[in-house]
Amino acid sequence: MDLFEYQGKQFFASYGMPVSPGEAVTTVHDAVAAAERLGTPVMVKAQVHTGGRGKAGGVKFAADIDAVRTHASNILGLDIRGHIVENLWIEKASDIAEEYYVSFTLDRSAKKHLGMLSAEGGVEIETVAEETPDAIAKIWVDPVDGLTEDQCRQWVLAANLNPDVTDQTVELLLKLYEAYTSGDADLVEINPLIVTPEGKVHVLDAKVTLDGNAGFRHDLAPFDATQPRDEREAAAHAKGLQYVGLEGSVGVIANGAGLAMSTVDVVNQVGGKPANFLDIGGGANADVMAGALEVINNDPDVQSIFINIFGGITRGEEVANGIIEAMNRVNIASPIVIRLDGTNADEGRALLEPHLSDRLMMAPTMLEAAREAVALAEGAAS
Amino acid sequence: MSIFVDENTKVVYQGLTGSQGRYYGMLNRDYGTQVVAGTNPKKAGTDVEGVPIFASVADAVEATGANVSCVFIPAAGVRSAVLEAAEGGVELIVVITEGVPMHDEAFFFNKLETDYPGVRLLGPNCPGLISPGKANIGITAGHIAKEGGPVGIVSRSGTLTYQALYELKQKDIGCTTCVGIGGDPVPGTSFIDCLAAFEEDPETEAVMMIGEIGGSAEEEAAEFIAANVSKPVVAYIAGLTAPPGKKMGHAGAIVSGGKGTAQAKMDALAAAGVRIGQSPSEAGDIMDEVVAAL
Repeated sequence: MDLFEYQGKQFFASYGMPVSPGEAVTTVHDAVAAAERLGTPVMVKAQVHTGGRGKAGGVKFAADIDAVRTHASNILGLDIRGHIVENLWIEKASDIAEEYYVSFTLDRSAKKHLGMLSAEGGVEIETVAEETPDAIAKIWVDPVDGLTEDQCRQWVLAANLNPDVTDQTVELLLKLYEAYTSGDADLVEINPLIVTPEGKVHVLDAKVTLDGNAGFRHDLAPFDATQPRDEREAAAHAKGLQYVGLEGSVGVIANGAGLAMSTVDVVNQVGGKPANFLDIGGGANADVMAGALEVINNDPDVQSIFINIFGGITRGEEVANGIIEAMNRVNIASPIVIRLDGTNADEGRALLEPHLSDRLMMAPTMLEAAREAVALAEGAAS
Repeated sequence: MSIFVDENTKVVYQGLTGSQGRYYGMLNRDYGTQVVAGTNPKKAGTDVEGVPIFASVADAVEATGANVSCVFIPAAGVRSAVLEAAEGGVELIVVITEGVPMHDEAFFFNKLETDYPGVRLLGPNCPGLISPGKANIGITAGHIAKEGGPVGIVSRSGTLTYQALYELKQKDIGCTTCVGIGGDPVPGTSFIDCLAAFEEDPETEAVMMIGEIGGSAEEEAAEFIAANVSKPVVAYIAGLTAPPGKKMGHAGAIVSGGKGTAQAKMDALAAAGVRIGQSPSEAGDIMDEVVAAL
């Protein structure tokens, strides 16, 4: 899960890294009060889960309280790449002498942790990687050995930073690696990591993605609460379903992540537009199926529903009974097309047979079911 | 023949006393797998439907000769369970559990590579593996697979794997071994490991590969195929139309920064001479042609 900048900074601060004092606010009034407490000048920064805040006008320097009021009212409600700004971070402004870049993430090919450090910070790292790849010093860290101080020092030297701040940078990067591993982060990125005119190394921005699987050893609830989810995604999340909202009109329910992805693909291939990705997991009992149908049913864009189930250990009869019971519980607005295959599919289909109507149809293959569901969605739309 | 497991494989289940472990352990035994032991430090000396429970994997290996471990331990305990299995002396550790933190996976993958180079890890978050008619370890429905050959299967997805097995059986095509490598960011066994083993296996004459978005394992497999695999390979890749930046169910299934797209994977595989199906069924039809031409 992605953290807001201010959450990322609090996360870094808890590992002893130097960040600026600041306050998270949601109103202009509170922004002004925060700036009065911190003392101007301050930065007024939009908190959104996307990049490009600066270019969109979401990050402003405020020399005095009037400027804080103006910027806060302009930035709150601003649309940045489809994200509406609801949270601001008011931070004591820093003077900048140099800007660096640093990050840790998993290199999936090498199966080691990859650290990237560059003296060219403050710009998009993808641009640096493309135009001047030699400006990025890379280090691969074995998760068993961890990052040693010697390794870290060699890495810092290789990046050609200001030699006066080598010791400080080594100390900070060791803490960053500790935050990355002990904090169960998928990604930690500081861009820019700055050197102040007084020669202090300081964290000026924070991008942190935490591993949702590590909830058993960290309290992720505060971060979970600020995840950007549309209403459909929030409802599915509350039911524990693997759901991703899409833009189309064909609701998709499948068992297994691979089959659900494949179902989304096949709807697109026959010219339709899926409304969502929804994986109900290996089994397909009535409770899970009813929950999935409720989520899809509440999506006003859905015009037809494609249920794609492959029975493995879960038998066709169980799947069919699950669907029938779920339909009794939920009043479904859109017609349903079912493709049921795998273990005891014939028995399952026989159970569904008496319930078939122009609201509930069956198709023998994934492709035919997709075509039928897409035709129904288009018929409803025209 | 088959790869990794066969009729002589003896399996210890870590977590056999839990509901999932018991359910699938007994299904595996019913299939014919040699289910020889379970572990639970608090229940050593008892049994689960006749299968003896030991305090540790080491004890189970010593008493029963188990050479494979299958892990049904909850995510929080997987890291220590994997290390216990490696220390206990098994050759293959199959981790079914999903939801294991990335840092734990990265740690035990590298720990095994350095300290237990002879031990193979499969998973986490995988359906396991089946050599039809010989051994079924994990959560695959055994009856949907036809024994024999000539096709070997390797897959990142559970349900799509079952579908592939089922469709091949409908076409009367057998499978030597079907390996589910799982959908996590640090899979213990890779496509390449399985392709190399299938290339060596005389009874496997063609390979079905099922991939999905995220990472670059399929691209690396394509390079390996071009250089090292003489047998025909057919592939299907899920997630062609997945939106970027979203995890599609599996922790590893994400297109990020324009990398890991299905199209790039298909292009790389096609360039290596792999025939690509646009849907799972089309991949099955292509495999039917390939097998007929063998």
